[in-house]
Amino acid sequence: MSRAALLVLADGRFPAGGHAHSGGAEPAVAEGRVRDADSLADFCRGRLHTAGLTAAALAAAAAHGLDPLALDEAADARTPSPALRTTARKLGRQMMRAARATWPSPELDALAAARPRGAHQPVVLGLTARSAGLGPVDAAHCVAYETVSGPATAVVRLLSLDPFHATAVLARLAPELDRVAEQAAEAARQGIDALPAASAPLLDITAEAHAAWPVRLFAS
Amino acid sequence: MHLGHSHEGPAAVSADATRPDGTRRALRIGLGGPVGSGKTATVAALCRELRDRLSIAVVTNDIYTQEDAAFLLRNAVLPPERIQAVETGACPHTAIRDDISANLEAVEDLEDAVGPLDLILVESGGDNLTATFSKGLVDAQVFVIDVAGGDDIPRKGGPGVTTADLLVINKTDLAPYVGSDLERMALDAKKQRGELPVAFTSLTSAEGVGPVADWVRARLAAWTA
Amino acid sequence: MSVRATARLRAEPDGRGGTALPVLESAGPLALRRTRSPRAAYARVTVVGAMSAPLNGDRLAIEADIADGARLTVDSAAATVALPGARADGEPSTYTVELGVGEGAVLHWLPEQLVSARGSDLRMTTRVRLAPTGRLLLREEQILGRHGEPTGALTTRLTVHRAGRPLLDQQLAYGPGAPGGWDGPAVLGGHRAVGQLLLADPAFEDAPLPARLLGPTAALTPLAGPAVLVTAVAADARLLRGILDDAMRELLDGLKTEQTG
Repeated sequence: MSRAALLVLADGRFPAGGHAHSGGAEPAVAEGRVRDADSLADFCRGRLHTAGLTAAALAAAAAHGLDPLALDEAADARTPSPALRTTARKLGRQMMRAARATWPSPELDALAAARPRGAHQPVVLGLTARSAGLGPVDAAHCVAYETVSGPATAVVRLLSLDPFHATAVLARLAPELDRVAEQAAEAARQGIDALPAASAPLLDITAEAHAAWPVRLFAS
Repeated sequence: MHLGHSHEGPAAVSADATRPDGTRRALRIGLGGPVGSGKTATVAALCRELRDRLSIAVVTNDIYTQEDAAFLLRNAVLPPERIQAVETGACPHTAIRDDISANLEAVEDLEDAVGPLDLILVESGGDNLTATFSKGLVDAQVFVIDVAGGDDIPRKGGPGVTTADLLVINKTDLAPYVGSDLERMALDAKKQRGELPVAFTSLTSAEGVGPVADWVRARLAAWTA
Repeated sequence: MSVRATARLRAEPDGRGGTALPVLESAGPLALRRTRSPRAAYARVTVVGAMSAPLNGDRLAIEADIADGARLTVDSAAATVALPGARADGEPSTYTVELGVGEGAVLHWLPEQLVSARGSDLRMTTRVRLAPTGRLLLREEQILGRHGEPTGALTTRLTVHRAGRPLLDQQLAYGPGAPGGWDGPAVLGGHRAVGQLLLADPAFEDAPLPARLLGPTAALTPLAGPAVLVTAVAADARLLRGILDDAMRELLDGLKTEQTG
């Protein structure tokens, strides 16, 4: 495996659309539940161990070589919010475009042909990792990190939070990110029925509320 | 290890000039420029001027969701299915330059929904003087400034003013009121841009967008030639 | 001293437009009683005596098989309270519910709340297998702590397959030992009552409901398959039940209109 390939894939500048999404942080800020670095850390930790773990395991499973279409179905069942399913597929389609330009592979082509409107983003990311010669833990790391870096970046813009504080939040979460990635990869090795389905009620509820806002800064 | 692999199927590569079936795809023109310079009004006027002869669609990139798209819809310059808004997460320049994936999806969706199209106008969110479009997204770009924003903007330059395929200096009707010197602006623009064209417009009348529309027609003729 | 008990029931059409219960086996603290059903076509079973269970270390299970064409409502007489039991260092308890709903069958699974008392440690698992034309109305409510006390440790998993394919898979983990952030702004935000109401019905295949907010902390969402899920958090059990009851009434009325109109 190439460690540098992991850096390319995990880079926030990887052109796959993530910059327009707050990972639920925008409604949390609007409702006053996230207002400073401490509440951002709490938000990120909660998201990491719920939606983050679930998504990381899907990505690890795709990187491991499990059937991406079955994983896409498993992702649907784990995403009761239609707003979040739409977001996941939209980002999956954008990730697919970037992936086929960076690490083209027949497996990516096959998934793109089977899901022209986009598969769930973690599944596409896992397959991208696989095409880049990366492993399940790498894919899980990428997704787990995205789960917290997206909200942190968004909160810097939404609250004008000191970017050093926001980045420090991410740095302090690093050991937990490692554990979640390991846990996700371990589950993926045991097959699709062992994948976690950890969920966060408030993320699901507020995603629907946010999708109906007439004016918002972030797409999700 | 996949070096020999070629792109097939949907959503292959951004800058491909042909559709998957081999026909020439729609010409994509980007319109950028500072807030309030008249990008959306220019897009609206272009649509009115060109829509009878050409199959057109518009992609907007707003800072806040869908405001520009809503303006175009309200003014009914195109049917709603020909207008799509991209959400940019407070960074409109990122969406048109650094990470163009959402805009490319929008372009493809419009082709799927109402294609085949002749022309797609991609409007950026109001941004600063450095915002330019990626070549992976558009084939040519227009930078719209206005006389009320200060007649020193052409002199100051910046990537938009210097490199755009067409510089539009809008709201010429306001020049006497804001004390802007159009001749000086033209000279400064010439200095910054060399042979690249400049169009002076005032959109208070229906023909006002004429010079821009002529330029678009010329680009389109070259594109389909 | 822990209890291992599996209660079983099977519902079948009785051939006269009603539903028979050829299997109705109570076990340990789980006593199943046939109770009077307000609707003729439905049989009704009430789980009684669950009040003091499970204690840490207990292994409780209910298996219910709703045969093709049968109609059954299952409710409970009281809330289920997970308790720590005599030994503080006891193993976690497990409570497993296995439900099968056949072709044309209907199951309303509407137990009272699950309360996680201080010091308890419960893993609750609910697995449902739905036939393509089977219908399911299922309610789950988790109350974190009895009045004014901190919550115990609680994980729940709800997995529903329809026609062998995943329809819904949700896992929740709260309390001591749960991964960090469970009470934070992404997950519960300080709320102490969490609930889900699932309605799966083939009628949604052709007429899916749009997503809708049910107040600031609840949403009704169509799933990828023919089902809707209401997800709600609330300050306490009463407020939560209010949200879910309103939603249930509206959903059932909607389906009635749909099927007769």
